[in-house]
Parts: sequence; C-alpha cells; structure tokens
Amino acid sequence: MTGAHVRAVRKGQARTIAGSFAGYAVLVFFSLVFLYPFVIQVANSFKTEPDAAANPISPIPSPVTLDGYEKIFQATDLPTWLGNSILVTVLVTVGRIFFDSLAGYALARLRFRGRGAVFATVIAVLAVPGVVLLIPKFLVLNQFGIYNSYTALIVPLLADAAGVFIMKQFFESIPVSVEEAARIDGAGTFRIFWSVVLPMARPALITLTILSFQGSWNELPHTLVAVQDPELFTLPRGVAELVTGSLGSGTQYPLKLGAALLATIPVAIIFVIFQRYFIRGANEGVDKG
Amino acid sequence: MADATLTRGRLTGARGARGTGGRRRSVRSAENLAGWLFVAPALVIIGLFVLLPILMALWVSITAWNGQGSPFTGSVEVVGLENYTRLFTEEGLARQDFMTSLRNNAYYVLVVVPLQTALALGLAMVVNARLLKGKTFFRTAFYFPSVTSSVAISVVFLFIFANSGVVNGLLAMFGVQGPMWFSDSRGVLHLLLDGIGLADIDDPPAMLTESGPFGLSWWEWLSGPSVAMCSIIVLNVWTTSGTFMLMFLAALQNVPVSLEEAAMLDGANRWQRFRNVTLPALRSTMFLVLTLGVIGTWQVFDQIYVMSQGNPAKTTLTPAYLSYRTAFRDFDYGSGAAISFVLFLIIVVLTLGQRLLLRERGGRS
Repeated sequence: MTGAHVRAVRKGQARTIAGSFAGYAVLVFFSLVFLYPFVIQVANSFKTEPDAAANPISPIPSPVTLDGYEKIFQATDLPTWLGNSILVTVLVTVGRIFFDSLAGYALARLRFRGRGAVFATVIAVLAVPGVVLLIPKFLVLNQFGIYNSYTALIVPLLADAAGVFIMKQFFESIPVSVEEAARIDGAGTFRIFWSVVLPMARPALITLTILSFQGSWNELPHTLVAVQDPELFTLPRGVAELVTGSLGSGTQYPLKLGAALLATIPVAIIFVIFQRYFIRGANEGVDKG
Repeated sequence: MADATLTRGRLTGARGARGTGGRRRSVRSAENLAGWLFVAPALVIIGLFVLLPILMALWVSITAWNGQGSPFTGSVEVVGLENYTRLFTEEGLARQDFMTSLRNNAYYVLVVVPLQTALALGLAMVVNARLLKGKTFFRTAFYFPSVTSSVAISVVFLFIFANSGVVNGLLAMFGVQGPMWFSDSRGVLHLLLDGIGLADIDDPPAMLTESGPFGLSWWEWLSGPSVAMCSIIVLNVWTTSGTFMLMFLAALQNVPVSLEEAAMLDGANRWQRFRNVTLPALRSTMFLVLTLGVIGTWQVFDQIYVMSQGNPAKTTLTPAYLSYRTAFRDFDYGSGAAISFVLFLIIVVLTLGQRLLLRERGGRS
C-alpha cells in the first residue's frame, strides 16, 4: 500500500467516526419523530379531557385517569367491534392460508389445462387498485342479498391474489425431489400437498399469516361497503365512526386515543414478536412490482 | 417464468420415465382435475368479488341507478356515457368537484412521493452505515408506523394537529402561531405567492380568476395543497417511509462494499460516491418505490375518510373519496362508478408510463 493510500484510508476512518456520530444524531431524531406520536397516544389516553387539551405534548398524565377507557367500554360498542374484529381476522387469515397456498401450489407444480390463464388472471387482479373496487364490491354484495352481514364482511376476503402469488413464488423455490419421492410412494396430490409440501412452507406461511392478519385487522374500506349496522362493525370501522362523529361523541380525545390504541395493540404485539417476517413481507412487494 | 418452465420440464421428465402411455394419460387427467380443484376456491372468491363486481360496476357506470332495487333490471335508466362526459365536458358541480379532487390529489402526489422517497432513502443509508450499532432498533422504529392501522394513526394525527395540539404547541415554542389545520382551506402556493407579493390572496389577479380549463379557474388550479391537506401529507410521509426504507435497505445491502471503497480511494467525496456509486446501484429499487408511491398516493382514502371527509372547502377531496361520497352519500352510483373507473385509468396510465420510462432509461445505460 502506498503512503497516499494509507493516508486516504486513515482520513476515511476519521471521517467515518465523525459520520457515525452524525448518523446517530439523525437516527435518534427520527426515532423520536416516528415513535413519539405513539407515546403521545398512550399518555393522552390516560389523561383527563382538560389535561389532554392543555398539555398535549406531555408524556405524563396528571392525574392519571381511566375515565377514557371506562367510557369506551360503557358508552360505546367497542367490545362488540373487538369481537367482530377477532372473528373476521381469524377466519380471513385461516381462509387465506389454506386457499392461497392451495392455489399457489397448483400454479407452481400441477399441470392443468388453463393454468396460464389462471395465473394471468391472478396477475391482472394484483394490478387492480383496491379503492376502485369499493362500489363494485357493494354492487355484488347487494345483488347477492348478503350486504350488511358477517358473510359480506368475511367471505370476499377469504382469498387474495397477492397471497396466491407469494405462495406460488415460494413453492417454485423449493426442490421438487421430495414430492417426487412421495408420489412414487403412491401418495395422492392432496396428501403430498398437505403432509409433505405445507410443512416445508413454514416461512412463507408465517409471512402470509402476518400479511393477512395485519391486512384484515386494519381493513377499513371493505367494511364501509359490506356492512352498515354498528353491531357488525370491526374495530377500525367503529373507531372511524366514533371519530367522524357519526356516533355522536364530540371531541373527547382521551376516549378516541384509547380506542385507537386498543386497535393498535394486537398488531404491535405481533409486530414485535415476528419482526423479521414483517420485514420479509414488506420486501415481497419488491418481487410483486 | 423461466423457473416454472424448468420445473415443468423436470416433472414431465420424471413422469415420462415412469411408464406406458395409458397410465400417463390418466395421471395427466388426474392432475388436470387436481389442479382445478386446488385453484377453485381462490378463483371463485376472486372471480365473484373482484372480476364480476368490476363488470357490474362498468354496467352501473352507464346507468342512473340510485340504489333502489336492483340495477340489473329493465327499470333502470341507461344514460350511456353521460356519467363520464359530465366529469369532463359539461359545466356543473359534478365536473367542478371531480376536477377539484384531481387537483388536490395531484398536488398530494407531487409532494408526498418525492418526500417519502427521499426520507426513505436517507434513513436507509444512515441505518445501513457500517459502523452503526443498534440497527435493528432503528429499523424497527421507522417501520412500525407502516404496520399499524391507518384509522388509529389518523386519530392520533387529528389530535397532534388539533388547534391547541402538539404541532401548534411546538410551533408556539418558536414563537410561531400555528394555523387551525383542519379548517384552513388556503392553498400553500397561494400563501407563497401572497408572501412574496406576487398576488393578493384576498384579491387574486383577475386574469387568473376569470378563466381556466375544465371548470376551474387558473387561480384555483394554482392553489397548491391546502393547509389542511398538508397535515394529511405529513401523516402519509410518516407512515409510508418505513416500508420504502426497508426496500432501499435490502437493495443497499446488495451494493458491494468494495465498490464504495474503491471510489473512496479514488478520492471521491461523499456526494460523488452517492451520485455515482450508490444511486446507479439503486436504480431499479428507486423506480419500484416511485411506482408504488404513485399508485399508493392516488388511492388515498382511509385518512381522508377519518380526518377530513374532503373538507375544508373541498380541498382534501380526492377522486377515491369523491367516488365513495357520490355513491354512498349522494346515492348517484353511476357517477361514483364512473369516477372509480377514471381513477383506475389514471393509475394504469401512470404505472405504464413509469414502466416505459424505466425501460428507456435501462436501455440507454
């Protein structure tokens, strides 16, 4: 190494250390920007209304009160919404895991007439922006006479093109030899899928589970065109109506923030536990595009 | 696709080795049946709740259905393309609202997409710095807002941007009196023009207010996003940057360290390294992020529904929300569906345009 090179590298290192201090400063600042709103949310949900109005920034409620939460459980239908959200999320997630992986497997491995057309359909559907489907979905639910029912809330979400696509990609990435061995042993297609292939697909299934869970737990637009009866609201829909005032609750920020917090917590817990799968899920978008 | 062909080849090979033609045929028809049985549930659901609805909505978009009875009987009035032409060529409220929503959303896209892309890239580069500890924590912190419910986040931001809320509290610390965010319909471009003395916001120049294309005056077209829209812009940049940061991060991790070191030894400064080494390596991710960004921002809906319902003075009205409102509040399903399809077309055209641009750029270098 020449002298000039050594100097250049040393200079580079000095700069990198200075740079990493600057880096930390930037990171800490942005961590605050990204996380402090949640601190505000939690803190203010435990404040009294005048306290929340006077000291919105303070992370410490004084006095600490559960008034907001008491009102949530006494004066709103939130317990019902919570139950509906759990029901919808569980059924939709189970449905997607099963139906998406069945279809994904068929598209990846089975040779059937029309496979190309089916896959092309999946890709085309993938490209349809969700919000333009609002009125169309309402029309079909209305026509079938299932508008404003659990069926309308759940069945249309039981399979999705993105999930089929993710599963197909995954099945194509695992070696075919195990399945061939099972086939030679005389196992039927469904047996092979169920007891040989699915167990191998665990990582993809976890990713799909998380995407479905998060998607159906947070879903608002679908509930807008599927149900109108407050008894059938899911948590996001209920909270949205609570906030827009159609259920008549005035400002009451501690209550609203508390309700929003209850809608956030389950996803937050799952996120902390299954972080790396979330991150993989986000990068599935890269393949999709 | 190449993968699929390969797999298919291997499977056929294995089966071909197995035996007689008759057996092969029965295996194939069994596989044919299994294939269709496997895709059937997903296909039925997607067919019934995505494809069929689109066809139904296409029909409804050429009718004047008001929500009474079924739109698929003879009693519904068919109006042809009127629901579409009303949006573009006929003077009236329908066109004015639609054009206003296009204007609002266009400004929204123009501000959100560059901001979220720049922030995502910046954060990814800082998180990716080699000597940094605690990467996982920062990555988690930045990504967390992206996974939470849009409704819940909107509630939090309503509180943060309230008149005596967090943002105005912080501004007050610097001696600035913050606006009443959600009731302020003034456009920021108007405020800017007013601020530098080019136009008076209370008495805009007559040559701009007297005429303009598609039912809005030039002055209205030139409003920029309203103050109210700005709070929604901030919210969306905040929630989406995390996801895009992860995409950039994945791409950055594939940039060979040696490449950057070589540039460093050649005496390239930080900016030169970024401009000539990092950016070119990120090109495909950059286009992906921009494309997803444009697609996403033209669909903004949840936040509008929760935070502003298109108010104040229709300055946060977007085509997605307008189509919803037209159908479910004004019971004009035909117009609502027509707006949806125009929005669909806008998104498709923009996506294809970006693809084309990407291909051109790719071909040149």
